[in-house]
Amino acid sequence: MSNKENLSRRPNRPKLELYVPEPKFRPGDEADFSDIKVPEIGEAKRPPESSAPADIGHLTSQLIRVLDFDGHAKGEWDPKLPAGKLREMMHHMLKVRAFDDRMFRAQRQGKTSFYMKCLGEEATSIAPAMALEPDDMCFPSYRQQGILIARGYPILNMMNQIYSNSADHLLGRQLPIMYSAPEYGFFSVSGNLATQYPQAVGYAMASAASQDSKIAAVWCGEGSTAEGDFHSAMTFAAVYNAPVIMNVVNNQWAISSFHGFAGGERATFAARAAGYGIAGLRVDGNDPLAVYAATQWAADRARSNNGPTLIEHFTYRAEGHSTSDDPSAYRSKNEAAAWPFGDPVERLKQHLILLGEWSEAQHNELADMLMAEVKATQKEAEKNGILGHGMHQPFETMFEDVFEEMPWHLKEQCEQALAEKESKFSTKLKADGKGA
Amino acid sequence: MNMIEAINSAMDVMLDRDKKTVILGEDVGYFGGVFRATAGLQEKHGKQRVFDTPISECGIIGVAVGMSAYGLRPIPEIQFADYIYPGLDQLVSEAARMRYRSANDFICPITVRTPFGGGIFGGQTHSQSPESLFTHVCGIKTVIPATPYDAKGLLIAAIEDNDPVVFFEPKRIYNGPFSGYYDRPVEPWSKRPESEVPEGYYRIELGKARTVREGQDLTILCYGTMVHVVEAVVANMQIDADIVDLRTLMPLDINAIEASVKKTGRCMIVHEATRTSGFGAELAALVQERCFYHLEAPIERVTGFDTPYPHSLEWAYFPGPVRIGTAIEKIMKV
Repeated sequence: MSNKENLSRRPNRPKLELYVPEPKFRPGDEADFSDIKVPEIGEAKRPPESSAPADIGHLTSQLIRVLDFDGHAKGEWDPKLPAGKLREMMHHMLKVRAFDDRMFRAQRQGKTSFYMKCLGEEATSIAPAMALEPDDMCFPSYRQQGILIARGYPILNMMNQIYSNSADHLLGRQLPIMYSAPEYGFFSVSGNLATQYPQAVGYAMASAASQDSKIAAVWCGEGSTAEGDFHSAMTFAAVYNAPVIMNVVNNQWAISSFHGFAGGERATFAARAAGYGIAGLRVDGNDPLAVYAATQWAADRARSNNGPTLIEHFTYRAEGHSTSDDPSAYRSKNEAAAWPFGDPVERLKQHLILLGEWSEAQHNELADMLMAEVKATQKEAEKNGILGHGMHQPFETMFEDVFEEMPWHLKEQCEQALAEKESKFSTKLKADGKGA
Repeated sequence: MNMIEAINSAMDVMLDRDKKTVILGEDVGYFGGVFRATAGLQEKHGKQRVFDTPISECGIIGVAVGMSAYGLRPIPEIQFADYIYPGLDQLVSEAARMRYRSANDFICPITVRTPFGGGIFGGQTHSQSPESLFTHVCGIKTVIPATPYDAKGLLIAAIEDNDPVVFFEPKRIYNGPFSGYYDRPVEPWSKRPESEVPEGYYRIELGKARTVREGQDLTILCYGTMVHVVEAVVANMQIDADIVDLRTLMPLDINAIEASVKKTGRCMIVHEATRTSGFGAELAALVQERCFYHLEAPIERVTGFDTPYPHSLEWAYFPGPVRIGTAIEKIMKV
């Protein structure tokens, strides 16, 4: 017997208590975020990109904001984008929404197994993608479809991947939404969380060691900051002054665990930068201009050898984690509506209208046009097959690319699989009365 | 050259030949690594290409994966194979499947070097042999040299390989082989033919076993340190054994195994790793599947025990001459 008696033998001492975090609201509660302070525009000053992390520590607790709720862009962080660029941003946002909508429905119709929407968080991937150079490498998590769309990747390819069909560039091997597009600076998506963090740092280190000018950017959710990979990556980024932008999309929920389970009750996620001696910014993630400005600042900083930046995007996951999730089982019904930072599309729309560069009619027309485009593309994609309906990749592709060259045991297993297929096929023919 | 010098030479040659080659790991730079495998390489090739890292195996391997995505060919060192576990997810879920999951968009040509095995009184945390973990993972190559000549040629082939390789270095024989009797090392590398290692470039193809000794009575499949222990035991017994050094476990040289077992009709497998679900189990299954009608006796497995490596009793844990000799006698009686 080696388990020692663990109960205290000193009864006069106060009993200890285990603290288990609990979100403020559960199903049936009325969500009320009035305790979250919405800072004034301009409260967070824009320091020089070369600032020492220790001198800009306040930016890890303040919130960088550019757009007020009336649509005015104000303050030192205003990136002062031309109207054309703003309309382009709007185009990408509405396209992602249309895409999300159709793919969500496709999953519900049984055309694919899985989908993940980014509703409410579009700004956190579209704005950074627009602020980076096209050849900077992005190491996305699974909710950054906005990067591909902002970089002009064909949505037909995305849909083929989601359907795992005969035209799927990834040969039907990856979960839906786990795209890969090196020519668009989009790294292969992993289902394991935060694994891409050290990889992005390694890419940035390699670029620096090669005296290149490319930088890397990486995304994870606030929940995944609890993974060891996140902390390894932060250490490496700091040690080697890696030219990398590390984005934490704090959308408040990691499936059903609220941000408190990643330590969010103790400090902001941006504040983690300080302990590593890294620059940290906390940005209103529903403000596309603030996100753009923060990324631009961090990119300039990285490109001028001033090192890495951690950006916390303070936002809200307006939908479930994935199509396999039921958020009504664990969170208040009105949370998304009560979120005090509004909706990124609405905020950008207000801004464009205020500038005289947009109208409700133009907005609706664009949204309709994009929905029609997405629907038409969906039909095209479905000609290549939907999940489980036979129009998949040739059988033997299952065994290819495990190694560069196929070893003997995989060749044998491939032959076995082909024989099994043949046998099943003949049995079916016999059952249908068509076989020999 | 001894094995550690041969490994150093392989990396030196590759750093010269291919500017994309980089070495990273704890203490590998200025100091040259705890076993001196990278001694002098930073001085010669510069800090941009040979550099120390934080103590973070997850970071070392994860960063190497990212560097390979950029186009470099990193050689991360994990100081002891026992410390590979914190980096395991990056190897197993990321590096191993990068080519497959991205349909060749991204490949991961990293060579993770790591000393493994016992025999140096390293206790539980410096002695393990986790090779079978990697042979169970689809997409990783597993290489284990037994001589300085092989160490250099196989390491060069591993570095040039476009798939991720875990290169296990049998640290007990870094400086010279041992007979398997703990207190009696045999002659140093410098007096053995295996120590003749060319200075320049050469490679040994992965997936090809080495015939250590030809015999008619019994096939002994082994790798790493155990090759030398087996050799010493066989030399002291009246047995005509065919000793096969597997050199790479993935890809495995099934032809060499089959040919030898069909010739001798008896098969024994010797490895230092723990027994249950060890690589010996896979070898036994393969031999049974392919050579059943040629077998004259049940396949014998000689392995470490299913316990953590005990510090003071490692001589009793290690598959030494008594265990191997007893198994040989047993299999030859059938």
